[in-house]
Amino acid sequence: MGIALDSRLELHPQVAVRPEPFGALAYHYGNRRLIFLKHPDVVAVVEALGRHHDVRAALEACGVEEDRWSMFVQALSSLENSEIIRERITAG
Amino acid sequence: MSASQLVEQMKTGLDAPICLTWELTYACNLQCVHCLSSSGQRDDRELSTAEAKKVLDELRDLQVFYINIGGGEPMVRRDFFELLEYAIGNGIGVKFSTNGAFIDADKARRLTALDYLDIQISLDGVDAETNDAVRGEGSYALARRAMDNLRDAGFGPFKISVVVTRHNVPQLDAFKELADSYGAQLRVTRLRPSGRGADTWHELHPTNAQQREIYDWLLAHGENVLTGDSFFHLNAFGDPLAGLNMCGAGRVVCLIDPIGDVYACPFVIHEDFRAGNVRDAGFAPIWKASDLFTSLREPQSAGACASCGSFDACQGGCMAAKFFTGLPLDGPDPECVSGDGQPLLEAVERGSVPRPSLDHSRPERPTPVRLTRKPLVTN
Repeated sequence: MGIALDSRLELHPQVAVRPEPFGALAYHYGNRRLIFLKHPDVVAVVEALGRHHDVRAALEACGVEEDRWSMFVQALSSLENSEIIRERITAG
Repeated sequence: MSASQLVEQMKTGLDAPICLTWELTYACNLQCVHCLSSSGQRDDRELSTAEAKKVLDELRDLQVFYINIGGGEPMVRRDFFELLEYAIGNGIGVKFSTNGAFIDADKARRLTALDYLDIQISLDGVDAETNDAVRGEGSYALARRAMDNLRDAGFGPFKISVVVTRHNVPQLDAFKELADSYGAQLRVTRLRPSGRGADTWHELHPTNAQQREIYDWLLAHGENVLTGDSFFHLNAFGDPLAGLNMCGAGRVVCLIDPIGDVYACPFVIHEDFRAGNVRDAGFAPIWKASDLFTSLREPQSAGACASCGSFDACQGGCMAAKFFTGLPLDGPDPECVSGDGQPLLEAVERGSVPRPSLDHSRPERPTPVRLTRKPLVTN
């Protein structure tokens, strides 16, 4: 399933995010995957996803310029494949 | 940030280790000839349960995601399950290495009930003859019994961990088949001349022809076989193997030994690579600011390898392998695939090679495998 600007996502509940000089490390306790979040903006967006209506709102809230959105959607798709983030399950 | 930029960034160190090995005890029921920590007898100075929990509290605060527990044989510690449950209860995943001798049906069920736990059973041959020559008589049967018990308890995909020697290279396919038959994951790592391995490495390390065989085999199996990123010296053959192509010592990796000493990696238990002791001011100041780790995070000289076209691929290989074979640290790995390590090795005077700082081997060797743990922890 593709991630789009209107996708509603959240950090996977089994994932911990640890800040690092280059961005952050994300570790999934369930599938044991260790993922590098290689830019502080990506970290900010990943952590903001659950607090905003959709991807677009999270990108806006983090001050990401519109010409970088497609790149972020791509990055979020790959993080969803690794189960670092997931579709929000709750309605509303 | 590109992948290579990320590796450059990681060489300057992380806020906390990714791969922290903690050897809980020097006591072991086996006496493997290549033991990295020369284990056998318990050390009177080993951390108490309370001290170990204090370290775990610190690792939790540092957000260390998981730790690799080893030994010696970690399961001979009476507080093994207590520490395991304490770590997991604090959000620290545990991967532990064991020879399997203490995983009976009951323990297998107890281990299966824990979340965020991975188990690595060590096995260095697909048959008793090959395995027991390295790990001791009866050790093959013990490991297989542990695997049977974990399978029967429904543990799920445990790991079978193999140290690659010249005697088991021809068995790589058979190891994979064995792992598959258990629904287990295969992990193969490089033999290091560390601990008792200092005395056996010269006879056991793979031949040059076998190194090519290992490289081709690993390349073909990709991420389906775990390696602990330990074979990056083979990258000089061509395409890079899966994993981080760098020495992680003091940068993303470190070792806490049973008495609380912190070393740059599990393969360098030597005074020169000891960064401090957790009993002094805890672990965090050692990781963040010790002189040793600070120096390992500075740009390292390629030295004699600077003019070699393969340096970017192999990074000059493993620091520990060079150190314990008496080679300069800023030169080729003793198993340099271009052959540049061999003449240097031949020129090393045996008496000038650094010896491992600690030896907990039992005095009488070889000893039969003992199944009761009582005599081991009280001697």
